[in-house]
Amino acid sequence: MTTDLWGMFITFAKIGAFTLGGGYAMVPIMEKEIVDRKGWLTREEFMDILIVAQSTPGLFAINMASHIGNKARGVLGGVIGSLGVALPSIIAILLIAMFFQAFKENVYIEKIFMGVRPAVVALIAAPCFSMARTAKISIYNIWIPIVACLLITAFGVSPIWIILVAGLAGFVWGKVKTNDHTKS
Amino acid sequence: MIFLKLFIVFSKIGLFNFGGGYAMLSLIHNEVVEKNEWLTSSEFTDIVAISQSTPGPIGINCATYTGYTAVMNDGYPEWMGVIGAIVASLSVLWLPFLLMLTISKLLLKYSKTQAVTGIFSLLRPAIVGLIAAAAILLMSADNFGNPTDSPFQFIASLIIFIFAFLGTRLFRIHPIIMIILAGIAGLLIY
Repeated sequence: MTTDLWGMFITFAKIGAFTLGGGYAMVPIMEKEIVDRKGWLTREEFMDILIVAQSTPGLFAINMASHIGNKARGVLGGVIGSLGVALPSIIAILLIAMFFQAFKENVYIEKIFMGVRPAVVALIAAPCFSMARTAKISIYNIWIPIVACLLITAFGVSPIWIILVAGLAGFVWGKVKTNDHTKS
Repeated sequence: MIFLKLFIVFSKIGLFNFGGGYAMLSLIHNEVVEKNEWLTSSEFTDIVAISQSTPGPIGINCATYTGYTAVMNDGYPEWMGVIGAIVASLSVLWLPFLLMLTISKLLLKYSKTQAVTGIFSLLRPAIVGLIAAAAILLMSADNFGNPTDSPFQFIASLIIFIFAFLGTRLFRIHPIIMIILAGIAGLLIY
C-alpha cells in the first residue's frame, strides 16, 4: 500500500512537471498515464471526473488529481495526488522567485519583460472570444459579460460578488424554468 | 500577521475559482495587487508570463510567487519567504479539495438538472466578463508604458500587443512561443 501511494505521488508529480501552462493541457497526459498505463480508472470513470472537475471550484488540474487519487486509493490517495501535481510547480516558481528577487534590477531582464508584458495581456484577451462561443453568448446574454467586466474594471467590484450573484441568479432561473416545465 | 493574511486571501482565491486559469486572474489581481498591494501590476503580469512558461496551474504559480515576495518585502529572512510560498500555495488547494471530496458525487448526480444547468448558464458568460476584465485591468501604463512620458515604449507595446493577439487568435501560435518572441523583441528594440 505504501509503495502504491509513493508510486501514485511519482506519477502525479510527473504529470505536474511536464504540462507547461497547466490546465487542460494535462488531460491527454493524465488519461494516458492513469487509464492506459496504470489502469487506476476506466475510461468512463475518467470522463465522469473530467466533467465534475470542470464544474467544481478550484484549479482544474488539482481537482482532477484529488478526485482520481480519491477514487483509486481513498482520501489519502486524493491528498497524495494533489500534492504530487502541485509540487513540481511550487519548486519551479520558488526558484524563479528567488532568482527574480536578485536579478530584478538587471537591464536585460527588464528589457525582456518590457517586451513580454503587452504580449501577456494579448494572451489573456484572446481566449475571451473563443470562450464566448463555448459559453453560448448571444445577443440575449451578451450583457452579462459586459456588465461583469464593467463592474470589475470601472467600479472595482470584487469578482467574488460577480460569481456569487451570477451563480445564485442562475440557480433561481433554473428553478423557475423547471416549475414552468412541470406545470405545462 | 502576514502568514495568516496569505492563508485567508489564497483560500478565498481557491474557493472562488471557476472556469480555469485566466478566469481567476481578475480575482487574484483584485486581492494581490489592489487590496493587499503585495505585488505591482507589472510584477503580476510578469508572473503570468512566467506561469505560462513553467509547469503547473497559474493559480498555484501566483500563490507561490506572491507568498515568497510578500514575506520578503516585509523584511523577513529567506527561509521565511519559502514558508510563505508554501503556505500560500497550499491555501489555494485545501478548500476545493474538501469540496471535491464532498459535493462532487452530488454534482454528478444532479448535473443534468435544471438548477445546476441554470447556475452554469449564467456563470459561464460572467466568467468571460471576468477574463475580459483581467485583460483590461492589465492594459495599464505599468505594462504598456506611459504615452506622454515614454511614447516609444507605448507604441512598441501596442504593436507587440496586436501581433501577439493576432498570432494567438488567427495562427494559434503556442503561448510559450509567443512569450519568447515578445521577449526577444523587447531585448532588440529597447
